[in-house]
Amino acid sequence: MSKSKSFLATLSAFLLTLIASPAYADYVFNLPEPVAPLTSQIYDLHMLTTKIATIIMVIVIGIVTYTILKFRKSNGSEADQNFHKGAFGTWSWILVPVIVLGIDLTIAGSATDALKQIEDYSQKNDVTVKVTGSQWKWTYEYMDDDVRIVSNMLSKEEAGDNYLRAVDNPLVLPVNKRIRFLHTASDVLHAWWVPQIVYKKDSIPGYINETWTKIEKEGTYRGQCAEICGTGHAFMPIVVEAVSEDKYNAWMAEKKSAMAAASAEAASDKTWTMDELMSRGEKVYNTNCIACHQVTGEGVPGVFPALKGGKIATGPVAGHMDIVMNGSSKNPVMAAWAGALNDLELAALITYERNAWGNNTGDVVQPSDIKSARK
Amino acid sequence: MSAVIHEDHHHDGPPAGFKRWLYSTNHKDIGTMYLIFALVMLFIGGGMAMIIRAELFMPGIQIVNPDLYNNLLTDHALIMIFGMVMPAAAGMANWMIPMMIGAPDMALPRMNNMSFWLLPAAAILLLSSLLVQFIPGTGVPINTGWTLYPPLSVQTGMGMDLLIFSVHLLGISSIMASINIVTTILNMRAPGMPFMKMPLFVWAWLFTGLLLIIVMPVLAGGVTMLLFDRHFGTSFFDAAGGGDPVLFQHLFWFFGHPEVYVLLLPSIGVLGLVIPTFSRKPLFGYKPLVFFMGFLFALGLVVWAHHQYTIGMSLGATTYFMIGTILISIPIGLMLFNFIFTMWRGSLTFETPMLFGIAIILMFAFAGVTGVMLAVVPADLQYHDSYFVVAHFHYALIPGAVFGLYAGVFYWLPKWTGHMYNEKQGKIFFWWTTLSFNLTFFPQHFSGLAGMPRRIVDYNIQYIEFNQISSIGGFLFGLSHLLFLYIIIKTVKGGEKAADKPWEGAQIGTPGLEWTLPSPPPFHSFTTPPQIK
Repeated sequence: MSKSKSFLATLSAFLLTLIASPAYADYVFNLPEPVAPLTSQIYDLHMLTTKIATIIMVIVIGIVTYTILKFRKSNGSEADQNFHKGAFGTWSWILVPVIVLGIDLTIAGSATDALKQIEDYSQKNDVTVKVTGSQWKWTYEYMDDDVRIVSNMLSKEEAGDNYLRAVDNPLVLPVNKRIRFLHTASDVLHAWWVPQIVYKKDSIPGYINETWTKIEKEGTYRGQCAEICGTGHAFMPIVVEAVSEDKYNAWMAEKKSAMAAASAEAASDKTWTMDELMSRGEKVYNTNCIACHQVTGEGVPGVFPALKGGKIATGPVAGHMDIVMNGSSKNPVMAAWAGALNDLELAALITYERNAWGNNTGDVVQPSDIKSARK
Repeated sequence: MSAVIHEDHHHDGPPAGFKRWLYSTNHKDIGTMYLIFALVMLFIGGGMAMIIRAELFMPGIQIVNPDLYNNLLTDHALIMIFGMVMPAAAGMANWMIPMMIGAPDMALPRMNNMSFWLLPAAAILLLSSLLVQFIPGTGVPINTGWTLYPPLSVQTGMGMDLLIFSVHLLGISSIMASINIVTTILNMRAPGMPFMKMPLFVWAWLFTGLLLIIVMPVLAGGVTMLLFDRHFGTSFFDAAGGGDPVLFQHLFWFFGHPEVYVLLLPSIGVLGLVIPTFSRKPLFGYKPLVFFMGFLFALGLVVWAHHQYTIGMSLGATTYFMIGTILISIPIGLMLFNFIFTMWRGSLTFETPMLFGIAIILMFAFAGVTGVMLAVVPADLQYHDSYFVVAHFHYALIPGAVFGLYAGVFYWLPKWTGHMYNEKQGKIFFWWTTLSFNLTFFPQHFSGLAGMPRRIVDYNIQYIEFNQISSIGGFLFGLSHLLFLYIIIKTVKGGEKAADKPWEGAQIGTPGLEWTLPSPPPFHSFTTPPQIK
């Protein structure tokens, strides 16, 4: 009775809040709607185990409720001191494991097919995306197209109700294609999880983990980093835009030409003005650096060093370039950016950091300086 | 020998002043100190949970910054596990096992003293690991969660070093306490008490002690390697240096999973006494219970990687860990079945310990079925690291471990203090705490399924209702423990005089000797071995 009462109380509290508030239109009590064959299969598996769990709980609650109503001392029930010595008492230790084992094997058996599919890497993949988790953003590399996008969380003002589940550059994927994800991380553990389209596997530095999916429905699918990764763990959302193949191809072509233009621009011998570099640098900074050093350049005291008036950002240019390009030897959190950003981006970023927030060193770093600093 | 016995006669009572406690070798005094320590830690760890729930009451960051939030979360787990449940269970073992088996004291009384007094030192280190972040220049707070996974735990600041030393001390303390308890059980039983007549609580602690002796050194080794990675340039867990970040996870969970049974088994032992007492009939299937506890002990040691399904193991390995984990339901199922059929055809009364006992059967069964859901690998790849897991393990550990200890406290308070607690207040505490517990953790299953990851300081607005219900439940749950404290203090200070055997059905079927002693028992019990018929 104790539990059934408490169960009822919890449930009724739930139902009351549900009825009382009108804002529950998209309220969910279950896994979100799956849109890929594997997540559908997992969903069915989840429903099967949920049903078995519910049936077991109903039986257990039923027997216990009957017991505590029927065999009360206040009802005059007398204890049967020899109950445990009867045939039931002697043999139930075999009965129970056999029944439980049967249920267990049913569940395990129904899981093996999904498990085999998850681990089936023999089929040809149409798109391969390398997903790299870093503190605290996601980088997507389309391995076949040499396209790379960095995905940062949107601010509360930009994201509205999707705050913490919205990003600036979503991962764009075609529907009805087999997509392979390769998961890794650049610093600490992360986990890339979009429950509607793909289950999760950890992103581990030094490891490549593999998952796959085939999205069956166009739409926007959201998720979050699932493995604790430090200060910004709550702030690295994931958004996937699933589009038709045509739209995907058009998007990819546009992305490629934009990237080609950017690298041509970066490789040109043009001498850039301070203003040009500052405005480009701000964009690069806001995409790649604000998670730690903050918009204000003040960092987080004791955790992330301030750039505003900081020793490196106002010190010698060579030292500043070195730490941005090659990372910090003292602090592993500060990554090396030489591989991820092109010459122009690096030049703009360093110029921005040396002149924003009242740093005003007046130093202008040109792409050519970066080029010669590269080995 | 006779000289020693002679001397004992001069020191019948406890020594006066602080020496009684600081130098104590008396199992009852050390047991009391363990229990008081656990109670203090319960309020510290609970206070942290209150801050966590207050922060999560609304989306946004209101009370604590992300690092402090994650640090509180880490310390909440460590304090509740190492500071609350384990010392409380050890305190009960200290108090009750010598009295149950008719021993004069623990086998190694001086070591008993040391294993307790390491705990306050460890607690001070643990709390300074939290507080050190407020001193500038000590680096990033411990924002890793209690699993301390590298590489994140290599990035963190000085707090992590203090925490590692604290874990070392806690480990030494638990190993010594376990050696002591196991030795006592093996060697100090009164004539006429063979293994198969020991009360279930004694059996449960025998397995618990052995588990701790096996797994604690592995944790100590793991965190020591972490310490070396942090300061001495080793690369045990750094892929860039030829190490392996996943290795730490294996070491941690080789300790961490059996640890779940370390927390659980003593409470199952308490249930093995409480349920027969208030059903007024012997335990149903005592022998199977003992053997299946042994099965649980063995199986529990070899299924650890179900905490790491997402690390990318081979198909063979995941299948093995899945089937092994699902098989855990056999011993657990049998235990719950036997407790239910101990009540069947009994003569039931519903004092506070029994109410907790029945609630544990139901809520722990619920944790068991969600546990089977989580064991299924493909489904776990969705549940993993979501609030569904948080809900599951709180259902496992609060009813499975904490409520079992509460049942034990109410069951044995009359024996320990010589006073009956107020039954009405006990019942109010039971209903208050059980209902608010369910209110707190039941909704978390849903927020997890809806996609809320664990260990996040701020959440999307779609999870607000679940979190608000959870927070309100959490505050009520926290508040109920003030009543718990009040009941304990009041019972210690006075109250109706308790009989030697305050429960009508105590001792039915179990030949434990604790009820043959007066309430409260004399400072030295069983100076000559009692005879069991």
